[in-house]
Amino acid sequence: MSEQVIPLTELRERKAQPVRPNPEEAPRPDLREELFELEARGELIVHRVPEPFAEVTTKYGRTKKVPIDRLWHHKSCGQCGHIPGYTTSILWLNRQFGIDYVDPTDQTSCTGWNYYASATSNAVAQILVMCRNFAAAYETGYYPLIHCGTSYGHYKELREQLVHHKELRDQVRRVLDKLGKPLVVPEEIVHYSEWVHVMRHRIAERQVIDMHDITACVHPACHYYKIVAEDAIYDPDIYGGQRTATVTALLQALGITVADYSTWFDCCGFGFRHILVQRDFTRSFAVLRKIEVMKDEANPDMTVTHDTGCVTTLDKSQFAAKAHQRRVGVPVLADSQVAALAMGAHPFRVLQLHWHSTDWRPLLEKLGIDWQRYWAEFEEDLAAIERGEKPGLTWEDAEQPILTR
Amino acid sequence: MSVATWSPTKASGRYRDVPEDTKRQLFEEVKSDPRYPDFLYGCYECGICVSACPSARFYDFSPRVIAQALAREDVDRFYEILMEDIWNCAQCFSCVRCPRGNNPGGLVTLMREVAVRHGLEQAQQALQGYSRVIYKIMLKGNQVSPDMLQPDFFPDWGPWVREFSRNMSTWRKAIPVDTLRNVTDAAWRTDDKTLRELYTIWFETGNMEVIREVDEGLYELLVEIMEEELEAAS
Ligand code: SF4
Ligand code: SF4
Repeated sequence: MSEQVIPLTELRERKAQPVRPNPEEAPRPDLREELFELEARGELIVHRVPEPFAEVTTKYGRTKKVPIDRLWHHKSCGQCGHIPGYTTSILWLNRQFGIDYVDPTDQTSCTGWNYYASATSNAVAQILVMCRNFAAAYETGYYPLIHCGTSYGHYKELREQLVHHKELRDQVRRVLDKLGKPLVVPEEIVHYSEWVHVMRHRIAERQVIDMHDITACVHPACHYYKIVAEDAIYDPDIYGGQRTATVTALLQALGITVADYSTWFDCCGFGFRHILVQRDFTRSFAVLRKIEVMKDEANPDMTVTHDTGCVTTLDKSQFAAKAHQRRVGVPVLADSQVAALAMGAHPFRVLQLHWHSTDWRPLLEKLGIDWQRYWAEFEEDLAAIERGEKPGLTWEDAEQPILTR
Repeated sequence: MSVATWSPTKASGRYRDVPEDTKRQLFEEVKSDPRYPDFLYGCYECGICVSACPSARFYDFSPRVIAQALAREDVDRFYEILMEDIWNCAQCFSCVRCPRGNNPGGLVTLMREVAVRHGLEQAQQALQGYSRVIYKIMLKGNQVSPDMLQPDFFPDWGPWVREFSRNMSTWRKAIPVDTLRNVTDAAWRTDDKTLRELYTIWFETGNMEVIREVDEGLYELLVEIMEEELEAAS
């Protein structure tokens, strides 16, 4: 077909231009305005983003506030249960920058993983689980920072449902009254990778591990940017503003080459119920549609993502595929782990790499990190714990970077 | 229309057929969910959702067919989807790139809720082996915990799982985060008061009745533990 029928040249040119959306033309109303209206009517309390905060641009060109300090860490059951280096790295970064934070015990998971897996819940219960956590954060005066991609997406959607349906608000308020809690909704729902994103230049200033030789593929987490898409960070300088900028912008700030691959939009294969009870789907999808495509098209040293399920799925699915001679072997890290490693965090005390199953050793060797030395240190920690000489590792043991400038 | 006529790969007789009225009743229940109008605006049948859908690649599954069947209020096809398809969805929401503004994954969620509420056999089959996760989430507010990572449950994750389960206790102590350190039966340490508030939410919202439909024995066990906790505190 000739270019006259389909104006390919013009289309390509337009695609090459960065997207700079006009918020006035956003296809959906700004939920925050509706939130403030409900607050003015006395229906709920809006938890405002405390100062200091950074301002970023989201998909439709609106501005989102990302808090820097006074953070209430809404942990993720997947991260904490299976990949604790994810959480540890986020908190380690907070501590390195002297951030005031709360690591709460008055927190449940969003229970969204179960909801998406089994539907053994309902909208009111899900909103209440969210509101209970938000009220708990509000009571401390710290701002919720959501670690999990699914919690973030789920909460964005539940917040929207709460704002748009009075009958849901009434049902939710009745139970919150019973719990003695106010109905509090945060002005912005903020994902930890957004905090990492706004801190990326400060992280790069304190980088002690040179990462210029590293090539990475990015897997953007579905529930981060597909559910209530307008809340995700976009930047005209990253992919021309046509994909979310979180994770990629951090890696670029650290000097890492981000390599593209054709299935970037595909999910990881987690599937919620599939990862637990139907893993043939999960493994096949993760390997055939993600890892092998990355390997064939970009041959990265690692793949980096920002959600519980994505790290677990992409990391753990690679082992069985080896039996079928599939092209696997790409270490999988969270952006928080990469940022912490760049600043010299201990690979085992902080990154907790021993919880990852795909071989991360070649990556550390390429970075010039003598992982055997640090593993030996960590083994001494483990031996001391087993001998009963110490009850466990503390921040005092883990705080110090392995390298300093 | 029989199952076989619209999709040759779906075998007929895999589930019990029910009268038209029952199908309509189930459909109306999905349609009456307050979220339904936000999830469906009609369908162009463009297939954009299918091109993004992971489950469409690996199963006989189509978000377009779901949106289309619901938009047309085709209760026969709706019932087929309810019985055959909904548990294949990966709930990734890649399909929300729909130019019509639909959310086929969200429609699946609503259909799953109805399937579970009615204790449909297919829902129970799909959730077989899942009870221990429900037990954990309802009681601990966490989906997974380190002590669930057992080699017999995750053999495909390789020798790492065996190594992990052998060292679990020490490895969990070697995490510097205060709320995680030395916790093996949940992802992190949670206050008893927090869990009691969670139990109140489950009871007050009818969530426990949903569990009863999936697994009566599990329901009784959970209710006993939760009520004991709530009574002790009051
Ligand atoms: S993308 Fe939307 S309009 Fe197109 S087929 Fe799918 S549901 Fe229908
Ligand atoms: S949410 Fe379900 S229907 Fe939608 S793209 Fe994902 S797997 Fe397909």
